[in-house]
Amino acid sequence: MKNTIAAAATAMSEAGIGIVRVSGEDAIEIVNKIFQTKSGKKKLIDFDSHTIHYGFIVDEENKVIDEVMVSLMKAPHSYTAENTVEINCHGGVLVVNRVLEAVIQNGARLAEPGEFTKRAFLNGRIDLSKAEAVMDIIHSKNQFALESSVKQLRGSVSVIIKKLRKELIYEIAFIESALDDPEHISLEGYPENLMGKTKEILLELKKLLDYSDSGKMLKEGINTVIVGKPNAGKSSLLNLLVGEDRAIVTDIAGTTRDVLEESIKLHGISLNIIDTAGIRSTEDTVEKIGVEKAKKYALDADLIIYMVDSSVPLDESDYEIIGMIGNKKAIVLLNKTDLDTVVTEEMLAKIFEKEDIVIIKTSTKENTGIDIFEDKIKEMFFKGEISFNDEVVITNMRHKEAIQHAYESMLQVKKSLEDHMPEDFYSIDLMSAYASLGTIIGEEVEEDLVNEIFSKFCMGK
Amino acid sequence: MGMTQIREKVDVCVVGAGHAGCEAALACARMGLETIIFTVSVDSIALMPCNPNVGGSSKGHLVREVDALGGEMGKNIDKTFIQSKMLNISKGPAVHSLRAQADKAEYSRSMRKVLENQEHLTVKQAEVCELLAEDTESFENKTAKKKITGIKTFTGAVYECKSVILCTGTYLRARCLCGEAITHTGPNGLQAANYLTDSLKNLGIEMRRFKTGTPARMDKRSLDFSKMEEQFGDEKVVPFSFSTNPEDVQIEQVSCWLTYTNEKTHEIIRGNLDRSPIYAGVIEGTGPRYCPSIEDKVVKFADKERHQVFIEPEGLHTNEMYVGGMSSSLPEDVQLAMYRTVPGLENCKMVRNAYAIEYDCINPRQLFPTLEFKEIKGLFSGGQFNGSSGYEEAAAQGLIAGINAALSILGKEQMIIDRSEAYIGVLIDDLVTKDNFEPYRMMTSRAEYRLLLRQDNADLRLREKGYQAGLVPEEIYQATLKKKALIDAEVERLKNLLVGASKHVQDFLISKESSPLKTGTNMAELMCRPELSYGLLAELDKDRKPLPEDVIEQVEIEIKYEGYIARQLRQVQQFKKMEKKKIPKELDYRDIQSLRLEARQKLISYKPVSVGQASRISGVSPADISVLLVYLEQYNNGKQPDGKGCHRLERSDKI
Repeated sequence: MKNTIAAAATAMSEAGIGIVRVSGEDAIEIVNKIFQTKSGKKKLIDFDSHTIHYGFIVDEENKVIDEVMVSLMKAPHSYTAENTVEINCHGGVLVVNRVLEAVIQNGARLAEPGEFTKRAFLNGRIDLSKAEAVMDIIHSKNQFALESSVKQLRGSVSVIIKKLRKELIYEIAFIESALDDPEHISLEGYPENLMGKTKEILLELKKLLDYSDSGKMLKEGINTVIVGKPNAGKSSLLNLLVGEDRAIVTDIAGTTRDVLEESIKLHGISLNIIDTAGIRSTEDTVEKIGVEKAKKYALDADLIIYMVDSSVPLDESDYEIIGMIGNKKAIVLLNKTDLDTVVTEEMLAKIFEKEDIVIIKTSTKENTGIDIFEDKIKEMFFKGEISFNDEVVITNMRHKEAIQHAYESMLQVKKSLEDHMPEDFYSIDLMSAYASLGTIIGEEVEEDLVNEIFSKFCMGK
Repeated sequence: MGMTQIREKVDVCVVGAGHAGCEAALACARMGLETIIFTVSVDSIALMPCNPNVGGSSKGHLVREVDALGGEMGKNIDKTFIQSKMLNISKGPAVHSLRAQADKAEYSRSMRKVLENQEHLTVKQAEVCELLAEDTESFENKTAKKKITGIKTFTGAVYECKSVILCTGTYLRARCLCGEAITHTGPNGLQAANYLTDSLKNLGIEMRRFKTGTPARMDKRSLDFSKMEEQFGDEKVVPFSFSTNPEDVQIEQVSCWLTYTNEKTHEIIRGNLDRSPIYAGVIEGTGPRYCPSIEDKVVKFADKERHQVFIEPEGLHTNEMYVGGMSSSLPEDVQLAMYRTVPGLENCKMVRNAYAIEYDCINPRQLFPTLEFKEIKGLFSGGQFNGSSGYEEAAAQGLIAGINAALSILGKEQMIIDRSEAYIGVLIDDLVTKDNFEPYRMMTSRAEYRLLLRQDNADLRLREKGYQAGLVPEEIYQATLKKKALIDAEVERLKNLLVGASKHVQDFLISKESSPLKTGTNMAELMCRPELSYGLLAELDKDRKPLPEDVIEQVEIEIKYEGYIARQLRQVQQFKKMEKKKIPKELDYRDIQSLRLEARQKLISYKPVSVGQASRISGVSPADISVLLVYLEQYNNGKQPDGKGCHRLERSDKI
């Protein structure tokens, strides 16, 4: 287990500056590997404690990730009383993320929630009397991280991870039952089988790693919910934004029965778009569930896009939606401007009683006004009017770290197989791959193995 | 019962003379304490009521470890085995495991002799019915509620003592089941102990009920061995005990036999399931999944066409053969019918029928890792009473319970063996820390640091501990130290012994089908090649001094698996950090507000001795452990100079 920890010390947002903090015995050496001074002559390890240095963080191909200021604090004169390096980078989720990743690739591990504070305390940097506060911090941060970690994981990812774990535990159980009961269970020819399996698992893990790189593991981004009456053009908008016929679009009111979810990037901003069922009072039970869900999603949304069919008069359902929006950030799209309009911007603005309500005229059929809408989202994001939970980025990195561990363990399995090592050597690495993947879906190992052995393999006596 | 009852004073009373009891009693007596061991039948000391063997995968490790610590099991099986095999020899050295067939009667007789001739030890045939204890509320030690003072037997005799070690095996309120026939006896029809359970309950001990089973024994003359495959012992036998001279165990061995069940067997079983007490719901105890009855195997693995059956001799002076793999609690008539479908058993005659046995035992969470009860000072326990199964598991616990009972009386520090030091440590930690719902069996997969916990290095791992406890004699300890020094020196020498790419070397490598050298290297590097070994490389290593075989074995393993071993050593380092952080017994978890409720309740009920142990309790999260670490830091450093502990955080400390 690595003992040097790293984390973003500032919020993962589009702020002007972001700080990555690294603490532990190897902190200076780790940053040294990825830091270059302007002249390129002096190394970070050559500098004195409590000095600040200008330079660049570079990736493994020596390409510059960011221009940074690095401050150096040697043990015990730092917050944690350990060697500490703080990398001041330009803000922005992407940059901070990449710097942090570089640090981790070079031998640090992601800090547990509250771990800097914990270390500071255990190393005597925080007054003993503050113990209770420190414990509270650890408790609450972990509680939050745990909740968000599982909640944010995409359903499809957790299905893959569960599948991989199931395969792994079966293999481990087979090996272990053969070791425990060699007279009943034979391992003859097994290494060849396992080699095939190992390669498959490595491929799957690699895919997951790429997946996490593209940020697709989590429901990352600004939660954007599209609401409106049936047939207002919600699904058409989603299709336009996503660029494929994902939602079913018909002229029959109420075709989107449930909710559809899609992640898109607009000008580098991740939007997690949820297309909801049209809101109207309905007797159809399936549709009713969809409508209820739509309301629930709207409540949790960072941004609501309210689509109005400008060709039909406003009715009770519209008032219900407007009430639901309340004080949440919203953009109103006055759609179907290609048809005869009966609803105008002025009418809507009046009903909203909100000065800053944004209303944009669009036609999803003729693709007009969509560019204005996209610009508006961009503007709101950079003004900081809409933002998303930065825990997501951290969770993503934590998951990636776990998958990376599993991947490395499986590489070790492969190597042992190639070296013709006995089975008991690589079953240990299979187990650590299994455990690493478990941390992603919040499952501990406990008695899994013993249970698997007894349920799948008939043991002797 | 009048005033004339026997009243004696001893140091330790051991209840039960099975594999746990024998080790416990011997350890105490050898450590100089006046010890008395009680058994319901002196004729059944160290009885093997089930399988006729000692060792096997991971169990063999336990026997080696018991031996290294100064226990008796290894020596006793070396004197009484009739066949021996090193299992898993084609696999890594960590899972090589010794298993020996015992002459059951000889094993029992030989152990009895050791007990009867042990100084400070008295063997007594009597049923212990009651434990005597007093309250300790008024004493300095507030953590245990009671303190043991003695025992009382069925006849009313009282033995006052400082410690009691409970090793009651499967005898407490035992019930044997064979179909509809139920007898209230212990194994082999021996008398059950029906009174002690109530006394334990009165002391506040939480009891549970487990079950296990054993197959039938057949008359050898009724079996047709020509229809079975013969199973031989190893050509060169390795002894269990590090003290046994290897030459003494090269004896003539007897064979075991392998045969199989078939569809007909399974049909009979399926057709009679309604007469099985388990499937009929008569049995209330929880049985072990790792040694399922044949009816369990047939039901749970319905697609398996056949199951292996091992026919094993029970001894040299008996015709009884053990039918391994076919334990059962079906009625006797069904048993006979099903056994007779197995090739070679067509005309078998049953000497003893198969049966299931139910018994009282405890939830071992009530014990410290020293195997002392948390709430009752001086009360220790080991073996099946603790919810384990197997002779070896029992012996290991009995030994540790005995050592700790003695150390406690002698006022010395207790012995806790952790998970990185021995299978014994894994066994005990699992028992006292994890939830366990069936008789616990040792398995190699339970030992996370198993590459280090090999049967071949048990002496190097544990002799020192045994010596410190006073069980391992000086000369044996010195011999172990010397062995260690020889290993280290030889490994060092091989690492520094340079080998150049000379013609002689290249020719040698080619002759051994090993690729020639590109540059110079050292002898250790060459040894890492799978096709080469210490022995083969003698040709390139002319200055080599002759070394004992066991030293060479260690040198070879250390060098060949260095990378893997180093990796585990690093993990152990991490593990040890948390084990070393001790939790004061008097710590009150209710004071730690930031622990999650579930964690707090679990910690209160388990009372872990270290942060490491706490981290293994299910329901205690890593965050809870961080909180605990912070609290302990304050707790330990925040003590007042006058010695008064800072037991409670002041409200004003909150910020």
